[in-house]
Amino acid sequence: MRTLVSESQLRSPRGKAIYWTVFVVVAVAFTVAFVFPLIWMVLGAMKTAPELARVPPTLLPAKANVGAYVEAWNFMSLAHFFLNTVIVVLGAWLVQLAVDVPAAYALSKLKPKLGNVVLGMMLGTLMLPASALLVPTYLTITDVPLLGVNLVNSPLAIWLPGAANAFNIYLLKRFFDQIPGELIEASTLDGAGPVRTMWRVVLPLSRPVLGVVSILSVVTAWKDFIWPLLVFSDPQAQTISVALQRFAPDTPVNLLLAGLVLASVPTIVVFLIFQRNILAGLTAGSVKG
Amino acid sequence: MSTAVRLPSAALGVRPAARLRRRLRENVTAYGLLCAALVVFALFSWYPIVRGVLLSFQQVNFVTAPTWVGLENFQKLFADPQFWEAWVNTLLFTALALVFGFAVPFAIAVLLNELRHGKAYFRLVVYLPVMLPPVVVALLWKWFYDPGPGLFNSALHAVGLPGLSWLDSPATAMLSLVLVSTWANMGSATLIYLAALQTISGDLYEAAELDGAGLWRRLWHVTIPQTRFALLVMLLLQLVATMQVFTEPYIMTGGGPGDSTVTVLLLLYKYAFFYNDFGTASALSLLLFVVLGVFGLFYVRLTRKAD
Repeated sequence: MRTLVSESQLRSPRGKAIYWTVFVVVAVAFTVAFVFPLIWMVLGAMKTAPELARVPPTLLPAKANVGAYVEAWNFMSLAHFFLNTVIVVLGAWLVQLAVDVPAAYALSKLKPKLGNVVLGMMLGTLMLPASALLVPTYLTITDVPLLGVNLVNSPLAIWLPGAANAFNIYLLKRFFDQIPGELIEASTLDGAGPVRTMWRVVLPLSRPVLGVVSILSVVTAWKDFIWPLLVFSDPQAQTISVALQRFAPDTPVNLLLAGLVLASVPTIVVFLIFQRNILAGLTAGSVKG
Repeated sequence: MSTAVRLPSAALGVRPAARLRRRLRENVTAYGLLCAALVVFALFSWYPIVRGVLLSFQQVNFVTAPTWVGLENFQKLFADPQFWEAWVNTLLFTALALVFGFAVPFAIAVLLNELRHGKAYFRLVVYLPVMLPPVVVALLWKWFYDPGPGLFNSALHAVGLPGLSWLDSPATAMLSLVLVSTWANMGSATLIYLAALQTISGDLYEAAELDGAGLWRRLWHVTIPQTRFALLVMLLLQLVATMQVFTEPYIMTGGGPGDSTVTVLLLLYKYAFFYNDFGTASALSLLLFVVLGVFGLFYVRLTRKAD
């Protein structure tokens, strides 16, 4: 495809020389800027605390102390906080799907009376900066109206507000809108009710959008910091991010670095596996046009 | 509102009463499917919006019942020197973040779009930091910024430059936070620009070239106008996101040294969770909301126009 610089310009000897120079510079710069810091973190975890204090720093650990990862795992009881995080993240994902998919389907295909008003009120919340609602939502969590329960330190404090996700509903509804009405009609003529139609006809066709919504929700929940910080005041209930920043001041640097590496593994692995979907979802989702 | 799923009722010979009943049943099913979403939105989105506004005019602690105090919360904020500092710091952060976070990803995207090799690798690595939990990024960079054995000063010393005090000096602390946050977030912007660049028709460049436009003129007269929409949307999204900066200053500086990195959100956190003064914290949220709401309205208008 033709871009800013034409192929003929690139093919000239001068063009070729410039192209490869730029290419090498970019390749080196990207590796140094985005890969090297992560390698430095992984290597740092394997150095001893006195070695980490050395100026100038050693490039490679004098003796690769892989055991630091195990030591960090035990020192900060990371198993416990990983489990907390997994519960929070998977629960958030399931609740989001269970709440947002039927809602988007109803708004897209059943179009009930006042459906547009409901949709508008949901999408309107997208305009609100999340931080403007921190305080009132926190107070709501401490004493949920009608139910009269306090959700502080419960995973429900993440799951339920997380399900009020207008962006999910927007993505899902936009996808459902494109499913031809004929398919729904055919299913209805076969005697299937709307719920059955959703389950049997619409959802199997919606795998791409369900994938995007799922990855978005899992990654967002794993990365989240400020809301878990507020609602998990009990150290035992905290997620990995909140626990790490609490441990940071009193943890030897090498163990803290090992903890950082371990906390990053899940999202990095998800990214490497679902790279294509994540990058496609990014461009489809973020410029909500 | 018209019937969405147009059932061939006439063909089936259904009478109007039956149609009405079917329509009613459909509405009941639809609201059945919607009810969970309505409940969570009502409890955790719509109600907090209303409550946030009300709280701004109330005195709230957990000891006594909330009382109306009129504009007292706002007066308290305006009298707090940290309030003004927080806004100045936040605007400084936003401005610096725009300089780096807006221009750099666009330049990188334009450059990447010209490369014919290794694109998958570049796309992958620029997005790696986005996938790291922000807490990991903040703690990692705090270690990099260490003036002694930290990575950055070691690198500066290695090439014969003097080290900087990074987070430890009011002069450089905010800039240091901007650098972290740019590094962590530029991947998304870069890839969105890259996607926008790929939609530009090659004919436009061809035509510009025939007209004798050099590289820079093509960039200025074709590339930038053709990606104007993506650029504007990202500008607004970035403004809104950077004005809510919290994690980096909370973890890396705690607002210091002095008050040099106290941001609006950090101050809000302090009012709510150190002073338990939820009324004043809400008043601050309301002010932040009004400021960001203006950007939000621009954003909605912009995306509407594009649709």
